[in-house]
Amino acid sequence: MILTKAQYDEIAQCLVSVPPTRQSLRKLKQRFPSQSQATLLSIFSQEYQSMLAFSCHCITTWLCLSRYLNGVGRNGAAPVLLELANEVDYAPSLMARIILERFLQEHEETPPSKSVINSMLRDPSQIPDGVLANQVYQCIVNDCCYGPLVDCIKHAIGHEHEVLLRDMLLEKNLSFLDEDQLRAKGYDKTPDFILQVPVAVEGHIIHWIESKASFGDECSHQAYLHDQFWSYWNRFGPGLVIYWYGFIQELDCNRERGILLKACFPTDIVTLCHSVA
Amino acid sequence: MAAVLESLLREEVSVAAAVRWIARSAQSSEDDPGEAAALSSLRPLRKEFVPFLLNFLREQSSRVLPQGPPTPAKAPGSSAALPGRPGGPPRGGRGARSQLFPPTESSSAAAAEAPSARRGGRRRGPGPGRERGGRGPGGLEEGVGGESQLWPGGRRSRGSGSPGSPSLVRSDPPNLSNLEEFPPVGSVPPGPAGTKPSRRINPTPVSEERSLSKPKTCFTSPPINCVPSSQPSVPDTSPWGHGLPPGCRSLQEEREMLRKERSKQLQQSPSTTCATSELGPPLPSWTGNLTAESADPARVSSRQRLELIALVYSSCIAENLVPNLFLELFFVLQLLTARRMVATKDGDLEPSPGAPDSLESPLFQSVHDCVFFAVQVLEHQFQVLSYLDKGTLKLLAENERLLCFSPALQGRLRAAYEGSVAKVSLAMPPSAQAVSFQPETDNRANFSSDRAFHTFKKQRDVFFEVLREWEDRHEEPGWDFEKGLGSRIRAMMGQLSAACSHSHFVRLFQKQLLQMCQSPGGTGGTVLGEAPDVLSMLGADKLGRLRRLQERLVAPQSSGGPCPPPTFPGCQGFFRDFILSASSFQFNQHLMDSLSLKIRELNSLALPQPEPSDEDGESDVDWQGERRQFAMVLLSLRLLAKFLGFVAFLPYRGPEPPPTRELQDSILALRSQVPPALDVRALLQQGLRARRAVLTVPWLVEFLSLADHIVPLLDYYRSIFTVLLHLHRSLVLSKESEGEMCFLNKLLLLAVLGWLFQIPTVPEDLFFLEEGQLDALEVDTVASELGLDGMPVVDQHLLYTCCPYIGELRKLLASWVSGSSGRSGGFVRKITPTTTTGLGAQPPRTSQGLQAQLAQAFFHNQPPSLRRTVEFVAERIGSNCVKHIKATLVADLVSQAESLLQEQLVTQGQDGGDPAQLLEILCSQLCPHGAQALTQGREFCQKKSPGAVRALLPEETPAAVLSSAENIAVGLATEKACTWLSANITALIRREVKAAVSRTLRAQGPEAAARGERRGCSRACEHHAPLPSHLISEIKDVLSLAVGPRDPEEGVSPDHLEQLLGQLGQTLQCRQFLCPPAEQHLAKCSVDLASLLVADHIPVLGPPSPRGLERGQARRLLHVLLSLWKDDFQVPVPLQLLLSPRNVGLLADTRPREWDLLLFLLRELVEKGLMGRTEIEDCLGSLRDAQWPKDFSEELATLFHLFLAEPHRPEPQLRACELVQTNRGTVLAQS
Repeated sequence: MILTKAQYDEIAQCLVSVPPTRQSLRKLKQRFPSQSQATLLSIFSQEYQSMLAFSCHCITTWLCLSRYLNGVGRNGAAPVLLELANEVDYAPSLMARIILERFLQEHEETPPSKSVINSMLRDPSQIPDGVLANQVYQCIVNDCCYGPLVDCIKHAIGHEHEVLLRDMLLEKNLSFLDEDQLRAKGYDKTPDFILQVPVAVEGHIIHWIESKASFGDECSHQAYLHDQFWSYWNRFGPGLVIYWYGFIQELDCNRERGILLKACFPTDIVTLCHSVA
Repeated sequence: MAAVLESLLREEVSVAAAVRWIARSAQSSEDDPGEAAALSSLRPLRKEFVPFLLNFLREQSSRVLPQGPPTPAKAPGSSAALPGRPGGPPRGGRGARSQLFPPTESSSAAAAEAPSARRGGRRRGPGPGRERGGRGPGGLEEGVGGESQLWPGGRRSRGSGSPGSPSLVRSDPPNLSNLEEFPPVGSVPPGPAGTKPSRRINPTPVSEERSLSKPKTCFTSPPINCVPSSQPSVPDTSPWGHGLPPGCRSLQEEREMLRKERSKQLQQSPSTTCATSELGPPLPSWTGNLTAESADPARVSSRQRLELIALVYSSCIAENLVPNLFLELFFVLQLLTARRMVATKDGDLEPSPGAPDSLESPLFQSVHDCVFFAVQVLEHQFQVLSYLDKGTLKLLAENERLLCFSPALQGRLRAAYEGSVAKVSLAMPPSAQAVSFQPETDNRANFSSDRAFHTFKKQRDVFFEVLREWEDRHEEPGWDFEKGLGSRIRAMMGQLSAACSHSHFVRLFQKQLLQMCQSPGGTGGTVLGEAPDVLSMLGADKLGRLRRLQERLVAPQSSGGPCPPPTFPGCQGFFRDFILSASSFQFNQHLMDSLSLKIRELNSLALPQPEPSDEDGESDVDWQGERRQFAMVLLSLRLLAKFLGFVAFLPYRGPEPPPTRELQDSILALRSQVPPALDVRALLQQGLRARRAVLTVPWLVEFLSLADHIVPLLDYYRSIFTVLLHLHRSLVLSKESEGEMCFLNKLLLLAVLGWLFQIPTVPEDLFFLEEGQLDALEVDTVASELGLDGMPVVDQHLLYTCCPYIGELRKLLASWVSGSSGRSGGFVRKITPTTTTGLGAQPPRTSQGLQAQLAQAFFHNQPPSLRRTVEFVAERIGSNCVKHIKATLVADLVSQAESLLQEQLVTQGQDGGDPAQLLEILCSQLCPHGAQALTQGREFCQKKSPGAVRALLPEETPAAVLSSAENIAVGLATEKACTWLSANITALIRREVKAAVSRTLRAQGPEAAARGERRGCSRACEHHAPLPSHLISEIKDVLSLAVGPRDPEEGVSPDHLEQLLGQLGQTLQCRQFLCPPAEQHLAKCSVDLASLLVADHIPVLGPPSPRGLERGQARRLLHVLLSLWKDDFQVPVPLQLLLSPRNVGLLADTRPREWDLLLFLLRELVEKGLMGRTEIEDCLGSLRDAQWPKDFSEELATLFHLFLAEPHRPEPQLRACELVQTNRGTVLAQS
């Protein structure tokens, strides 16, 4: 789904200060029925992330911890932590992480290592405090933008689209090297696929294809350009990026320069004719 | 000198004899004794004749050409400027010279000379005793004395670093306005740092110090946007413009200097105050309103004299006695297109028929004279003209004056025009295409450390980022390279610590340079030896058209006069500025090394070999390729050499030469010790000997054009210049004999050499070196072999590409047609051929032993394409052979190593010991097998080469030739492959085994164990299962609903749950989209789901039910889960979480507590072998440690006992038990 900047902004406008929860997403779907859930979720999560990045969240963690402790003191079964997160406009998973860190710090002499925290978030059963474990778990399953589960979903989506893309390439009889093969050969930057024989898509030569199972908004596209797409261009020449969940139309401005955006697998593919008479 | 001319005019001496006399010092037997006598008396003047003649013509023409573009000329200085050359005795030349300007003329000369100076009219005054830039010691005599008044202010102040005299009064002010296009070179008094746009000899005597090289500029560099009083504002138009940080020669500064200079001059020469003060930037505009006088052959005055001088002049041109052929042609065309005569003060415009044979009266008394003279010369130069591009020929042929004065010449030109097939395409800066990543040179194995590898990774990206930014912004007004990119570049260079990284970066830099700048017509992105751009192969018509349109829009309008200074046009500017901004010593050194290497490599590339026999169609086809390849190599070489020159002389380049002789001597002493960056002298000599001057000289000229002022004075480079001068003299175009260089080859060399001699840093007097030296420098060419020089390798495209300034001729003619000169002659553009990429680089010839000689001999009589084919096949097969060995033999050894390592690990336990030691053991076992590589390699070459040769050679190749070619190809390929293999196979095996070992050891880690063996989907699978991400997301929703908080109307239907688990089963069976992390999460979520089921925590949709899910439903779902865990999950399922305090704790919240499902689950786990009894017992045991409500602890303890009390294989009882709708009460009762 390719959106104009204006359409995108309309959606983004609705996301301002909406907690990233299941319920919010449901409302969003009702508001924009023509957009797929995946697109909306992708926009939601990216918008939310950039909002978090931009807004300066000076959460006084001590205060939060004490509020949390008070809350669970009153009723350990109530969604104290989740409500606290919603109240201060913070992603529940991130709030859970903060409280967990503080909590462990309180109870243990040494501050817990990141890997311990991560492992506890992945499996709250490891959290020594049963109530906190439940609260953390609740935050994680209710967060639709952050957390180990969401990360896993994103990763899985990315992987699935790579597989889909690979199938399409095979179906089109386009030979390619995939990321693993490239890494094995020692490439320092590896797009998802490098075509062994370049093709032309809509009149543009492409040497590589990168699959992005997300929506291409300005912020993420800039980051991708800088970290990936230009790097690929620098090594392999022009290429194609597929944003499976769509992108903002205006971002597709580097076609002449050698970065082509699509929201699906291209249909207009011209291959090199081997029998040039 | 005038004496010579006069004796010619008096017909005492024949022109032929005179030219022979000038060209050769020795008398020729052909000479008439009388002539010899006449000339021998003038012998000491011989060398000065040509400069005299040229200056004479420039001066004489000054009245007709005040407005024209400058005819550049470089005033030769005194040879005393060269160290160790004592100034000769004063000559009488000045006296003779003065006769040319009899008193009657002196007044008009003031007016006349200024424009000529502005145009850079020449006064070649070389030779000992003549002060450079001045009239020499002779200047002390009357002539100069007189003239110094005529040249007020003037260049006499050159030594002070402020040369240049403001132009004098012009009697026809409107004519001056052309200066906008063609700044009056002589009239620009540049600042000390600045440029002096004229090389005309200064009439002022100068001191010894001043005789050294001094700042000057290519007078020929009239930048189109220059106003007369300002310096060229384009930095590149000054020779040292590159190399200076921007801003240091700001226009403002220069204007200030100019102002000061002018006021100084005013004080110095009060007599001309009036005249000089009139000069200034605002010159009246004349463009467009200047109507040309019509020229009439009938009104030519002193025909005979003009004819004679034209003949002498043409002969000098033909003998290459003039430094720059095209400059003279330019001058002649200026005369042809002269618009009108400037009125002289004495009004003596009438022809003076009484004095046709003397030099007393002006040579050109009218436009008619000029045109007549020009046409005369053009007739003599027809041969050169006929090689000019079609556009120029057309303009010439259509010139009405030419038609009027010589219909015959017009006819010939028209014929030449019609016969000319060559079209010259337009240039466009190719868009940036990045150098591709090549694992062979760019992967981790080529770096010393991971850090270096990653640093370089980042650097590549920064480099291209900078390049892209430059592309986008460099044309924006106010954008500055250094300001915009300097710090980023330096930061990047700062990271290049290891020498190895530098070499990597330099390789990238050089490749990108070649890629972007070398192919002028370039569709971009093609480097010598790389496949041509796919775009062109696809034949994208629209794109092509678009490109051509773009070309038209961006094509440079002018190359900056007939002799522009060296510049870095287009993308080259980026690379130059990058080098300057990087200002990294290490980078420059590595770059020089790399450029030198590449230059040597390309310079010695085996290029088309002579094909003595047939000139049929086949060879024509071949020649297309040969020419193209030659052009590619030549253009690459020129580019590389230019940058080598730039970097090599960068530390020495300065705005002006050393001010004093002492300083210069000490610099010379220092510099003469420094070995040259590249032994260009040896390469030149080799090139001449092998008759490959046409390849070597053009790049050498590029290299030398960027030299600093001192370079030409160094013995090493002086000797090079001497050789070049000699070569220049020897390239007589009219000589066409067996073994001579081809015409266009010569023309190319003459053009580039002529251009070089006009470069500001090249001493002015250099061209008129003593001939004794020249004669001594015979190069012994290998006469028997016809080298490249004898091959028609240069075509018009290449000529115009290398020498875009030849296009100025066309521009001049076009401006005549359009009625205005200069900028608006817009259709004239830089010309470049549509060369495409060459073929792959050829391997250098191998010459070893008798076999090699035989092979050489074999090729000698075969078409060159055969040789190339064989060499190409050998090169490729050899290389493929190595790759094949890598993929087979080495790969086998690596897998052997892996299995050996596995054994080792099994016997020695998990860690297997020290990896380094392991590697050693493995290598010692495996490396000996590398010896097989040679045998296998030989077999491979034997098998593959003949077929390839056969496929590439014409069908009709005789069998014997074919089999010999095949055999040679096999031999060469084998040699190449085996040489490489024997040297590298051990190291290669070692490297690969090492990588395998670390791979295996890494795989041995704890995570790997968990990975286990993975199954794929079944063959019949059509991959229609739901996507894992979708399932995780769905299960997550159920979990979040179950955990809450939820809206009252929210819930899950039991059907949905069942459906979900069904989907999970499908997904787990189709592995297509499943990746391990997703599967792990699915496993964990399924366990969470089971716990929620057990604890009855799933909110069910529909009529409110106090018990949530029906027990039976829950049990069914648990059954499904159990079977999924058992059969479908391929990752370990964290079943122990079922008994984690958190999940068991869920039960604590429910009232009444239902333990039956948990017990059921535990039993099933054991029964299905998913968990061991002891494992469950451990979990239950640790559960008791947790803090629970008292009643919950008790119930838990009961459950524990209950579970423990069961027999180890109590299947029947359990089943019976399970069938009973047990509730808490019954369970506890059983205990």
